[in-house]
Amino acid sequence: MQDLSFDIAHLLAGSLVLVSFMILYQVRLYALLNIYALHAGVLAMSVAWQASIQDAPHLYVTAAIALIFKAIVIPVALHRIIQKLGIHRHIETVLGIGPTMLAGMGLVALSMVVMLRVTPDVDPLAREDLAFALSVLLLGLLVMVTRRNAVGQVVGFLSLENGLILAATGARGMPLVVEISVAFSILIAFIVVGVFLFRIRERFDTVDIAALDEFRGERR
Amino acid sequence: MTDLGFDSVTAVLAIPIAAAGLLALLPGYRLSARLNVLASFLTLLAALSLFVMERPAPGSMLLVDDLNIVFIVLTTFVGFTTSIFSASYIAHELETGRLTPDYLRFYHAMYQIMMFGMNLAFVSNNIGLIWVAVELATLTTVMMVGIYRTHEALEAAWKYFILGSVGIALALFGTILVYMAARPVIGEGQNGMVWTLLVEHAAQLDPALLNVAFVFLLLGYGTKVGLAPLHAWLPDAHAEGPTPISAVLSGLLLNVALYAVLRFKILLAANPEAIAVGPLMMTMGLASLVFAAFMLYRRRDIKRMFAYSSIEHMGIIVFAFGMGGPLANFAGLLHMTMHSLTKSAIFYAVGHIAQVKGTQKIAEIRGLTETHPALGWALVIGVAAIAGLPPFGIFMSEFLLVSTTFARAPLLAVVLVAGLLIGFGALFLHVIEVSFGEPRGGTAPVEASIVPMYAHLALVLAAGLFLPDPMVVWFRHVALLLG
Repeated sequence: MQDLSFDIAHLLAGSLVLVSFMILYQVRLYALLNIYALHAGVLAMSVAWQASIQDAPHLYVTAAIALIFKAIVIPVALHRIIQKLGIHRHIETVLGIGPTMLAGMGLVALSMVVMLRVTPDVDPLAREDLAFALSVLLLGLLVMVTRRNAVGQVVGFLSLENGLILAATGARGMPLVVEISVAFSILIAFIVVGVFLFRIRERFDTVDIAALDEFRGERR
Repeated sequence: MTDLGFDSVTAVLAIPIAAAGLLALLPGYRLSARLNVLASFLTLLAALSLFVMERPAPGSMLLVDDLNIVFIVLTTFVGFTTSIFSASYIAHELETGRLTPDYLRFYHAMYQIMMFGMNLAFVSNNIGLIWVAVELATLTTVMMVGIYRTHEALEAAWKYFILGSVGIALALFGTILVYMAARPVIGEGQNGMVWTLLVEHAAQLDPALLNVAFVFLLLGYGTKVGLAPLHAWLPDAHAEGPTPISAVLSGLLLNVALYAVLRFKILLAANPEAIAVGPLMMTMGLASLVFAAFMLYRRRDIKRMFAYSSIEHMGIIVFAFGMGGPLANFAGLLHMTMHSLTKSAIFYAVGHIAQVKGTQKIAEIRGLTETHPALGWALVIGVAAIAGLPPFGIFMSEFLLVSTTFARAPLLAVVLVAGLLIGFGALFLHVIEVSFGEPRGGTAPVEASIVPMYAHLALVLAAGLFLPDPMVVWFRHVALLLG
């Protein structure tokens, strides 16, 4: 039974990394949001599973936040914002798909090497969880770096943050996990509202970061 | 007595939060500006009472020790003077129509929430709580940076937001790793994140995990400190937000992140097998110093220039703390205090200057000492202080730092001195341009609040001439604590 619970946790955390890769190569905006919803859904399952094997009912709250807020509310809200602001449906990437995927694989390898090496004494479940979480985090960073489009970057950040929640729930008995996930949800809400409230579309006529750069204080 | 001691900790947190609620409800801006000053003043009093109160035993959430009292008092003091400056600055912004009363209500409430966030970060004894508090303080400043809603302000806020969020995410990962290291030793649950317990058991924690954790923490909180190469948000945020916010960003918020780094540095220093974090911090500090010193030359925007100067000084401070030892830590503490006071004074002056001249472009501001002697000379004196001329306090701290560096790592001292001199040249080049010569730009008189800036400068001067004994003893003690 112990083995089975370990395997399932492993499977879910691994799928999160897999879905991160899907985010990495997706260049169509709506599809990207759907994949992000999937990402959050997998996270919710993973957290719920951790809650049941750790016997930590408060983690169900985190799982519920992930499911309702991140997998449903946020993607729908972003969907509407994209429609309202009339943002281009296609995301421009800095690198081609191939190099980006290679870089992503390199990052996953890196996080495995780093995390597995420094945590020989930690229990295996938490250990693998941390390695996966770091992979998701680094992949999220990579998405933020390679996207030229503000919504693309936001999705990168959101997936990065899912990796953090995965790490926090994998650390058995970690206090404040629920508080932290709530704090993060507030942060995310700010970001999403920010895209809208800052009216990047209205002010800049594009949500393309390169265009924002033209308005820098010190143009030379 | 213990109860009373705990009360002043509570007061430091409760006053700002209560004031924020009140300010969010009150409509009139005159009243709320005054209330803002009053609340900041009361918080300062509460902070000062920490000195005399008996300290409560460190709990699972809150902690008062010699280190954080210095930070709290400095923060609440600058917070108070900034609120005075803000009152006159805001009045002018209303007249020119750059802000509306509704925005001001929001602004004042945010100001107090930011003070709450910073104080919470200082008094928290829980590494998770520190993280939440830093996030809170960051979010509020993001909102205020974007308050003018111009292209530039929005871009600055967005950039600050995204980079700050990435920083905060990395810091959280580091925090989780510290907890993972603590779990086998301290046990599951709340205790694994209590800083005092962590330090107590530091020697038994897994050094490899701590090392990796510190890298994440340094990168994460370092983004907030504005260390190169993670500084990209800082000049934009300083240049485009309202100037009172530039003053507290430079003078205070950078210190908050630095404080978090210092806490973790103490933790790693208590574990003999963990890597020495000093060299990491020294490298980042020196890199920031040299980089910012060069960047100072090509600045065209006056607030942006002083933002780079903040990067430079944070670099010096991080370098000092990275080197460690009683003398360098003392220099670092002194430098941090002096930098906060001087830089906020400079921003007060710059804020009014930008208002009377109607521009922040260095090329369009000339002859300040003729048209606005009080402001112009405050700027000249402030720059003399920040550039490290004697007899100001910054000269003292830089002198201390340079002499210890020469004794311990002569090669690094050469780089340090070169960075200081390069920065010095750039600052003077620009300040002479704007202060003297044929006046250009608006000459209208301004209702400036001169008192806060000159009060700060007087303090910096006094510290350079004579450091009172109790302060020296206190700083020495904290320097030992920092290891």
